[in-house]
Amino acid sequence: MPMHMESDLNRFRKIVRGKIKKELRRFISSGDLIGRQGKKRVTIPLPRIDIPHFQYGSNEQGGVGQGQGEVGDQVGQGEPQPGEGQAGDGEGQHSLEVDVTLQELAEILGEELALPNIENKGKKNIEDRQYKYTGILKQGPESLRHFKRTYKQALRRAISSGTYDPENPVIVPIKEDKRYRSYRVYNLPVANAAIIYMMDVSGSMGDEQKEIVRLTSFWLDTWLSTQYAGLERRYIIHDATAREVDQQTFYRTKESGGTLISSAYRLALKMIEESFDPSEWNIYLFHFSDGDNWSGNDTAECMKLLESHLIPAANLFAYGQVESRYGSGQFLRDLQKHFGDASNKITLAQIKDRDAIVDALKTFLGKGK
Amino acid sequence: MHGYNTQLTPELQDIAAKLADAARAAGLDFFDTIFELVDYKQLNEIAAYGGFPTRYPHWRWGMEYERLSKSYTYGLSIIYEMVINNDPCYAYLLRANDLVYQKTVIAHVYGHCDFFKNNYWFSKTNRKMLNQMANHAVMIRKFIDDIGQDDVESFIDTCLSLENLIDIHAPFKSPQKPRSDTDEYGRPKPPAKIKAKPYMDTYINPAEFLEHQRRKQVEEAQRVKSFPENPERDVLKFLIDHAPMTSWEKRVLGIIRDESYYFAPQAQTKILNEGWATYWHSKMMTQIAPLHESEIIDYCDHFAGVVASHPGSLNPYKLGVELLRHIERRWDRGQFGIDYLHCDDPKKRAEWNKNLGLGKQKLLEVRRIHNDITFLDEFLDEDFCHESKMFIYDYDRRSNKYVISSRDFREIKQKLLQQLTNFGQPIIKVVDGNFRNRGELLLQHSHESVDLKHDTTLETLKNLHRVWKRPVHIETMIEEVKRRISYDGSNHQIEKI
Repeated sequence: MPMHMESDLNRFRKIVRGKIKKELRRFISSGDLIGRQGKKRVTIPLPRIDIPHFQYGSNEQGGVGQGQGEVGDQVGQGEPQPGEGQAGDGEGQHSLEVDVTLQELAEILGEELALPNIENKGKKNIEDRQYKYTGILKQGPESLRHFKRTYKQALRRAISSGTYDPENPVIVPIKEDKRYRSYRVYNLPVANAAIIYMMDVSGSMGDEQKEIVRLTSFWLDTWLSTQYAGLERRYIIHDATAREVDQQTFYRTKESGGTLISSAYRLALKMIEESFDPSEWNIYLFHFSDGDNWSGNDTAECMKLLESHLIPAANLFAYGQVESRYGSGQFLRDLQKHFGDASNKITLAQIKDRDAIVDALKTFLGKGK
Repeated sequence: MHGYNTQLTPELQDIAAKLADAARAAGLDFFDTIFELVDYKQLNEIAAYGGFPTRYPHWRWGMEYERLSKSYTYGLSIIYEMVINNDPCYAYLLRANDLVYQKTVIAHVYGHCDFFKNNYWFSKTNRKMLNQMANHAVMIRKFIDDIGQDDVESFIDTCLSLENLIDIHAPFKSPQKPRSDTDEYGRPKPPAKIKAKPYMDTYINPAEFLEHQRRKQVEEAQRVKSFPENPERDVLKFLIDHAPMTSWEKRVLGIIRDESYYFAPQAQTKILNEGWATYWHSKMMTQIAPLHESEIIDYCDHFAGVVASHPGSLNPYKLGVELLRHIERRWDRGQFGIDYLHCDDPKKRAEWNKNLGLGKQKLLEVRRIHNDITFLDEFLDEDFCHESKMFIYDYDRRSNKYVISSRDFREIKQKLLQQLTNFGQPIIKVVDGNFRNRGELLLQHSHESVDLKHDTTLETLKNLHRVWKRPVHIETMIEEVKRRISYDGSNHQIEKI
């Protein structure tokens, strides 16, 4: 970009970034962002970064308009006039919507929560290279000359310089007209990390609890995807039995009935054995529940599964206990009792309400595993 | 000039030259106008910089660029053209426009350029502003090198917060004469006597009169001690002269002030200027240098877009061009003067036609002397107001909506004029630079039925304090009670006065 817009734009983005950082805790707990998530970026509404003036309070001021209608009729809120602009136009009063890439958002999250970077234990930088002829250049070997583009360019020049004669439509391309195909190198990232989300969907997990899980996982996901070239995600829901579902179902399902946590752990183990060889994959296990388990026997079974299979295979096993009115919260205590604080491969967090999400993220990700 | 290839195509060059000749032949008079052909991205960039290719570095241009780009991407608005008031004028055309658009826009641009050159309210602007803006940029870049980007940028933020505190009439006032009642050393002169022969002196200049004059002089001298002598509407100038700023800070505030004065006439003449340009592009496209018949539909489509009215907002293009045509019709038919104004018979008024043909002459006069306020004050009449279906809308608290509140001519006109007063900005003056005899700064807001926006007022006071460095106050009305809002560097205070 000529002129100096590039640097002014960067300056502006830096300010925006500061604002986002300041408001991050609110964003994390409100869920506004998830609704605005595109493929790789989110749109964040920010209050317009305004320079204050002594100005009229305009909100209830009213004004003069033109058009049909009786006294008392509602008028549409005036939109800015699409039309010719002129130097020195007044500034609009709209709130500011800023596009932020998930990558950038994760960086901000990392800075704000002081998250350490993760050490990748799998193969380093597994990437495939691919070449694709997609671009057009003004220089290149004759063998790659793009005939159609060259012709078009020559035609355009002939017409605009007035030498084109429809009676004798001969077009002779000169050097400047010539266009060549060019290729680009693509790095195809190869997934080397897997997240297995597990959630208790028994009756005691209400909508608010699930929303908390959804928000927490969104941010876990966002952070982890900046740490790995590619991320595989799997979702398991369980009550007395466990099954694998897609992301949509994961957040929507509500069942009733009892809870056997071991069913989920067993399914996760099966997934690891089938798809994610621990020597090549960085494996993350996140389990959310309200802490009720059907029986002490099953809890003992869970500990055994964790201790001898899941934890050795994974980078991190994280358990988030989402408080609900009905849950006893026993499972967290059981885990604490069994593992103590010794293991650095298991992290436990109690997520009382939305405000606690930030702290849970810090707990889960703070170890850099 | 930007490193782009911005040359017009030969075809457009030809069109621009022909339209320029036609416009001159029709009576328009403008500076040389340089057109540049740019794509929407470049146009957004230029627009973000207020039309100028070089401005001082600041984040808000980036913000404006982002806003314009987004607005374009979502299809909310397109800038078709952009003109800078400079000698020569610079105008930017959007490359993507079709030929009919380009012709129309070029004609429109000549209208603006004629207006810039001939309208009284632009007569004091710097016509080399393009260079001056570039000089400002150089200066600010130098400060950034010397002092650091964060400090300079944040001081610019502070200055921009005060940028509207100018006196739009200042360029038209004659510089104040040095006081005449003191001699060259500042000592008071003896009271002026009327010249008289010595033997007549005691009659012509009686002792009581001389004594009276002397006392007046003393009072005057005491009054001068109030500071500023008279309320000062050029608050920025007052700050530059009296606030404890470092020299680079003074220069920065000076730059912001210069640029504010440059843009003020544009805000003051928005309706008339756009109306004038629209009037001329329409006249040229249909009469003076008419379009080919195959182009007419596209042209009409474009014109309808320009003058489209949206309920709840006033389109300056539409209001301006319609009022100009109203004036032209009236002066062509002689619908003015005592007889016409006193004629109460609507039928007779409508049929009034003395075939004077004075319309064009009148229009040229209007473009020469008026700004939006005087233009509407003088020519917005009841007939026009009804024909163009004007109304006032107000906020209705119960329904939380804006509703049409009146179609009464007087109310409409009053509201319109009130909104345009002081280019839409509140009128604020420095009344005391030594308030409470403690070097505090007191401003006064001339309240015109609308309160100041409260949160921004508090923030602006903070910025004012950053410049004045002593407590600052503003007197205004809040919900019909006179109040003084103060900021002492750490706290705000609001008192009833």
